[in-house]
Amino acid sequence: MDTILDIARWQFGITTVYHFLFVPITIGLTALVAAMESQWLRTRQPEWLRLTKFFGRLMLINFAIGVVTGIVQEFQFGMNWSDYSRFVGDIFGAPLAVEALLAFFLESTFLGLWIFGWDKLPRGLHAGCMWLVHIGTLASSWFILAANSWMQHPVGYTYNPENGRAELTDFWAVMFNKVQLATFPHVVTAAYMTAGAFVLGISAWLYVAKRHQHDRALYRRGIRFGASVTLVAGLLVAVTGDYQGKIMTEVQPMKMAAAEALYDTEDSCAPFSLFTIGTPDGKEEKFSITVPCVLSFLATGSTDGKVEGINDLRAQYQEQFGQDPGARYYDPTANYSPIIPVTYWTFRYMIGLGFLAALFAALILFLTRKGRAPTSRWFGRMAVATPIVMVLGNSAGWIFTEMGRQPWVVFGLMNTANGVSPGVSVAEAWISIITLTLLYAVLAVIELGLIVRFVKRGADPFVEPPDPTLRGSDDDQDRPLAFAY
Amino acid sequence: MELSTVWFILIAVLWIGYFTLEGFDFGVGMLLPWLARDDRERRIMINTIGPVWDGNEVWVLTAGGATFAAFPEWYATLFSGFYLPLLLILLALIVRGLAFEYRHQRPEAAWHSWWDRAIIVGSYVPAVLWGVAFANIVRGVPIDETKDFTGTIFTLLNPFGLLGGLVTLLLFLTHGAMFLALKTDGHIRHRARALAVNLGLATALAAVVFLVWAQAETGNAGSAVLFVLAALALVGGVLMARAGREGWAFLGTFATIALAVAGLFVGLFPDVMPSTTDAAYSLTTSNASATDYTLKVMTIVAAIFTPIVLGYQAWTYWVFRKRIAEHHIPDAELEAVG
Ligand code: HDD
Ligand code: HEM
Ligand code: HEM
Repeated sequence: MDTILDIARWQFGITTVYHFLFVPITIGLTALVAAMESQWLRTRQPEWLRLTKFFGRLMLINFAIGVVTGIVQEFQFGMNWSDYSRFVGDIFGAPLAVEALLAFFLESTFLGLWIFGWDKLPRGLHAGCMWLVHIGTLASSWFILAANSWMQHPVGYTYNPENGRAELTDFWAVMFNKVQLATFPHVVTAAYMTAGAFVLGISAWLYVAKRHQHDRALYRRGIRFGASVTLVAGLLVAVTGDYQGKIMTEVQPMKMAAAEALYDTEDSCAPFSLFTIGTPDGKEEKFSITVPCVLSFLATGSTDGKVEGINDLRAQYQEQFGQDPGARYYDPTANYSPIIPVTYWTFRYMIGLGFLAALFAALILFLTRKGRAPTSRWFGRMAVATPIVMVLGNSAGWIFTEMGRQPWVVFGLMNTANGVSPGVSVAEAWISIITLTLLYAVLAVIELGLIVRFVKRGADPFVEPPDPTLRGSDDDQDRPLAFAY
Repeated sequence: MELSTVWFILIAVLWIGYFTLEGFDFGVGMLLPWLARDDRERRIMINTIGPVWDGNEVWVLTAGGATFAAFPEWYATLFSGFYLPLLLILLALIVRGLAFEYRHQRPEAAWHSWWDRAIIVGSYVPAVLWGVAFANIVRGVPIDETKDFTGTIFTLLNPFGLLGGLVTLLLFLTHGAMFLALKTDGHIRHRARALAVNLGLATALAAVVFLVWAQAETGNAGSAVLFVLAALALVGGVLMARAGREGWAFLGTFATIALAVAGLFVGLFPDVMPSTTDAAYSLTTSNASATDYTLKVMTIVAAIFTPIVLGYQAWTYWVFRKRIAEHHIPDAELEAVG
């Protein structure tokens, strides 16, 4: 790591993956908490309010880290990737600005109202605030993913040779990029799946804990709610992911070839390997378990579809774009292909871990059917593992997506090496990556500590929240606030 | 009017929104060690901004995003050039934001005092550094023909830049004190008001020196008018505070910040980042801007959504309009587990 490029890439990878550890939980959990609160309003069963408050608190602890690490993302493009920012700003800046205006204001304002508004807002409106926060997270995802999808598959622009930058010609094309239409549902359903697993895992932990035996009925409800969400969302994740694979093969065939480490084109019925032991560059395999035709199906939707291999694609790309200028900074022989072992394994981790989580959720639903109440340690461990597995799966998906695009930062248009800031010194970049990484590490410990602490404590007993519509306007002057920091 | 000029104005408006709003919550954070005598008073102070600080902070995210979209060159040069100060600001905003959300999660005094430190440092650092950054933008920095900043961190620490930092520091302190006088009740309200008057006088002195200097560097008739109005608003605010008219007093510092920032932007125009290396390398609203098409799209989005955002942000302030006093603060949560 002696160039600013390496440092900037590591920093982007570390900070973004870190941001995205918390983001899916926030996206999904805001919806689940809003649903719990609405359920309470509908049924008036105290359990739903207790769950709302309990998971609401955990959501806030999680949300806070998502917010503060997001601030870094917003400015990081300018700091470490100034030439990239110059090149794409005309297109890429707009979704970012619109995201802040439409999504971040909505999220932050209505979250403040929700936190402090228990005794100030009518109850329906209070629940509505959490729904609005959730809509904000969806809007945020939409715009940021539109920006990312444009990097995967640039559309709606022209290249202006005069100032050497890409310029926007069609905003709607960017907003409804076909990659975006595949990515957004995939990411959002994966977020619901993650949050479902979170509710499931934590409820089960409390369910098997001796100290909380008196509340088993409550946590059982949490388990079944979370497991159902995980399972349904899991199904959608697989459907959308399958669709995404086809779009990806269309726009970035090299990524699909790299996902399978497929060096030579398969004309039909390309197999998918579940597991391989081979040389580190993936070129020679010693042992592997394969399933026939699955790769063809993933890539093309038909079991006898043709899947192009890395070698052929490399020749095509060299003809189209010339020698790979990026090759000088990673692997001189790699020319236009990403680091194969990384793409190969992350693709499998993403899918494998997602399936594992869905399997756990299904098992847990089965084990708790019809009033059954397993309390073995294995049951608890499996449940607690589910959200962890999901979070790892999300990270693997992003590492695959982003590293699979290399050596491009904007596919077919800009090389990652050319995007980095020319004026920033190596020393500055080091200071930045070290301080951010250390701080993030400390924050992870603090956040996990808080989560564990509140989980151990369990849900608070039911207290009817004050209803502001029931009292006169002025007699509450001297009452303590329903909630204060 | 050209769209790039419209966006120059809109970006000025976003920074005005940011400094007038986050300005007072920086102030509240910085005053934590000076105004509060015990934990309950610290909680009073923190709760005056609890529901709104995050919404205030989004103004800077929007300003950053809008700069990226409307003036990509400006965004690229500014944030890669002012690298270390910006990094410090980011680190400060991270610990500060978390401190608001995490401080109350545990009852131990040691836990509280660590997060208090995070709030205090996290408020001082950006309050000073934004001033340094803005003073340097206005004064100009070395920029070469490829539009890259060629100075170092020490280039930014010049007397004018440092004075800029001092002015934002004092201004936000005063603004925060005015806000606390308006939003609290009891002893702390009186202490805040007295402090606001004293701080206001010191601020007026520093601000006048800075604004005269800025006027000499880049000023024009428009900026002169705005600077004079800013100074008047500050004096008016201090007088109102002395008279016990806290609402008007707060409005005074609010207007001071808005007018002074507006004046700086008026003086800057049509540059967005002047080069001291060669005026020909300066970034301007025309050579740093995005295409007209992008600006048009963004104008439509801004025209539709800005009023909505302003509407619900104003509504939040209305919902939480009540003063907070000691008896409003519930007792610290008791531990439910051993
Ligand atoms: C799929 C969704 C998604 C993705 C890919 C990203 N984010 Fe994010 N981001 C969110 C979804 C999200 C969120 C769920 O909406 C958050 C979490 C907490 C919050 O306030 O919103 C958020 C927070 C958040 C914030 C703080 C907002 C606030 O203060 O309220 C910023 C500035 C960003 N993000 C910016 C980015 C950038 C520049 C990204 C690209 C590298 C990025 N995010 C990736
Ligand atoms: C939250 C989801 C995301 C995750 C987890 C993620 C992950 C990553 C990772 C792991 C890398 C390093 C790849 C490498 O250099 O080998 C990377 C690079 C990068 N990504 Fe993403 N990414 C995400 C979203 C985005 C979005 C939304 C954008 C654009 C708005 C983006 C832009 C970039 C850029 C500019 C780089 C640096 C160039 C590079 O080294 O690849 N990423 N990202
Ligand atoms: C059958 C299962 C799945 C398939 C076929 C699949 C397919 C894909 C593909 C092809 C991509 C890359 C898209 C691109 O590069 O443009 C991707 C990305 C991603 N996947 Fe999956 N996926 C599956 C399951 C999952 C699961 C279970 C999760 C969650 C744990 C997940 C989370 C992600 C994430 C976060 C990304 C990166 C963001 C994106 O571009 O969508 N995926 N997936």
